[in-house]
Amino acid sequence: MPAPRTIFDKIWDRHLIEARQDGNDLLYIDRLLVQENVFHAFDNLRRSGRRVRCPEQIFAFTDHYVPTRDRDAGIADPEIRNMVETMQRNATEHGIALFGLGDVRQGILHVVPPEQGITQPGLIVAGADSHSSTHGALGAFGFGVGVSEATHILATQTLWRRRPRTMRIEVSGRIPLGVAAKDIVLHIVGRIGADGGVGHVIEYTGPAIRSLSVEGRMTVCNMSIEAGARAGLVSPDDATVDYIEGRPYAPRGEDWDRAVAWWRGVATDEDAEFDREVALDADRIAPMVTWGTSPEDVLPITGAVPDPAREADPERRDRIARALAYMDLVPGTPLAQIALDRVFIGSCTNGRIEDLRAVAQVVEGRRAAIPSTIVPGSGLVKLQAEREGLDRIFRDAGFEWRDAGCSMCVATNGDMLQPGERCASTSNRNFEGRQGRGGRSHLVSPAMAAAAAIAGRLTDVRALDRQG
Amino acid sequence: MEPFTRLTAVAVPFGQSNVNTDTILPARFMRRPRDERYPDYLFHDRRFLPDGSENPDFVLNRRVYRGARILIGDTNFGCGSSRETAVYALRDYGFHALIAPSFGDIFAANCIRNGLLPVRLEGDVVAGLRDIAASAAPAEMTVDLEAQRVLAPGRAAVGFDIDPFDKECLLGGLDDIDVTLRGEAAVARFEAGYRREFAWLYRRSR
Ligand code: SF4
Repeated sequence: MPAPRTIFDKIWDRHLIEARQDGNDLLYIDRLLVQENVFHAFDNLRRSGRRVRCPEQIFAFTDHYVPTRDRDAGIADPEIRNMVETMQRNATEHGIALFGLGDVRQGILHVVPPEQGITQPGLIVAGADSHSSTHGALGAFGFGVGVSEATHILATQTLWRRRPRTMRIEVSGRIPLGVAAKDIVLHIVGRIGADGGVGHVIEYTGPAIRSLSVEGRMTVCNMSIEAGARAGLVSPDDATVDYIEGRPYAPRGEDWDRAVAWWRGVATDEDAEFDREVALDADRIAPMVTWGTSPEDVLPITGAVPDPAREADPERRDRIARALAYMDLVPGTPLAQIALDRVFIGSCTNGRIEDLRAVAQVVEGRRAAIPSTIVPGSGLVKLQAEREGLDRIFRDAGFEWRDAGCSMCVATNGDMLQPGERCASTSNRNFEGRQGRGGRSHLVSPAMAAAAAIAGRLTDVRALDRQG
Repeated sequence: MEPFTRLTAVAVPFGQSNVNTDTILPARFMRRPRDERYPDYLFHDRRFLPDGSENPDFVLNRRVYRGARILIGDTNFGCGSSRETAVYALRDYGFHALIAPSFGDIFAANCIRNGLLPVRLEGDVVAGLRDIAASAAPAEMTVDLEAQRVLAPGRAAVGFDIDPFDKECLLGGLDDIDVTLRGEAAVARFEAGYRREFAWLYRRSR
């Protein structure tokens, strides 16, 4: 009997081309996902006179810079227009598949590949974006790379890496009503800290994780990077296989059977050992909301803004005080009393169809009290939502219904918070200035964002349900 | 890439944990081409006030730290977004070495490939170095990559670990793509077998 192995180890071993004595391994990369900011990598390639080695394994997206409204009018800002056009030019020049403007499949580079069947179990998916951990939800090893490493992959289809350590986060119990995948992962980041996963690949296991849909698992894996982890993944199961079947890039016929056999075999063996173990109980997780400027600054909505004076560790005290000054919050304020200026629903964390359904469920027949925007993660998510009539529910409730892209998650396309504006956001980063200079972000689940829009302040979605 | 061997320069203390790459380089500057250079974008929204003038409270703006080329940070420095432009900004501003107890994974990899040396040391050692950089400012320190040690005034030399491959690339100013392409035959062999086993991965969508 071979020793039991984790899914991560199996993927690593299958992709190992060469192992240097010093611990650096040369890995074969199945897919590289690129977006507009990667123009530096194509410039590097050009400068060194190199070519893209395997164009059919590179996938290009325009998402960070694309407008999410009035697309017919074109892009007014010449710099932003140039970013989008450069991506299109580079894709054409190198023969790379592009999910670009004008294509109904256009969308965020972590939403489209699973949707298209490009992401599959057992693959190494490198993305020129930190949230590439999202692809781990399908049992792939997905991780972010910078421009230099993206250039390396473009030229060689490989990457040098040291094998990270493994961590298992087991979530037992049942997920309470009103609690979403987003709450689970926010809870985890709060528990292990923004650097709690540094140097590790996290595998999420346990009945609560198994009970999540593949899309919910994407939300969890997506934010692994907010705990500092290299990647996050979930071993494939029936839900994974069902999810992939019939998607455009999914294997078919005989290939399908061979693929499914490999996917099932790649799942973590019973008794496989991890370098670190964390266990938590889903029953105790409540809807979460961040109060500070790091995703680890998170509490249940029933809590209150923390008081730095009560913090013994001086460094932590300073950090909390600094975060509260930026967020303009008074210690002790109940989180459910924090008034908001707007709501943003979307991003690679929560821009998929199930997220939008969760929003529709809360807002149907109600009215948003503050400006609220919904940006689907892809053109196909948008289309699906419209088929289901969700767009009508959103519009009737006073929400703005946009075209697909990253939008206000990173504020590079011009959608941004104004200085001092406070926003409940379904995205993944509440860093200072992330959603616009001086903007204040509170990270929440889609249902919590919907409830916040209706109430005009942070509020417990479970209470809103009771009010009917 | 310019080789890195040994650096003696003023060190600036930056005692804050989880400094993210959005802070190091706000996203709106990422669209600038590389040949434009990035020094003014570094820590932009902290370094400059909304009216564009320098924020006198920001540590890099203090006179004693002008010209600093070593930054002494805290845990998880460079977490968050994978943007390599954050490293461009640090490099273009003049930083050649960073010292911290830990770095964001992607960020550290980006540093190596741009000739910026990330030095990992124990938290209390880093805190001690930050104190020296603060109390004896401007304090000159030496980061010696060849000997793998840091020298600071008034304290014994501290050794540090570094990945031998990273060290080789930094010392030689090597491009790791060249290193990989030297082993191209092994890649081609691997790929041939891989393609047979996973043929469907190479088909375009239907
Ligand atoms: S939605 Fe936000 S986090 Fe996701 S890829 Fe776009 S910018 Fe990055």
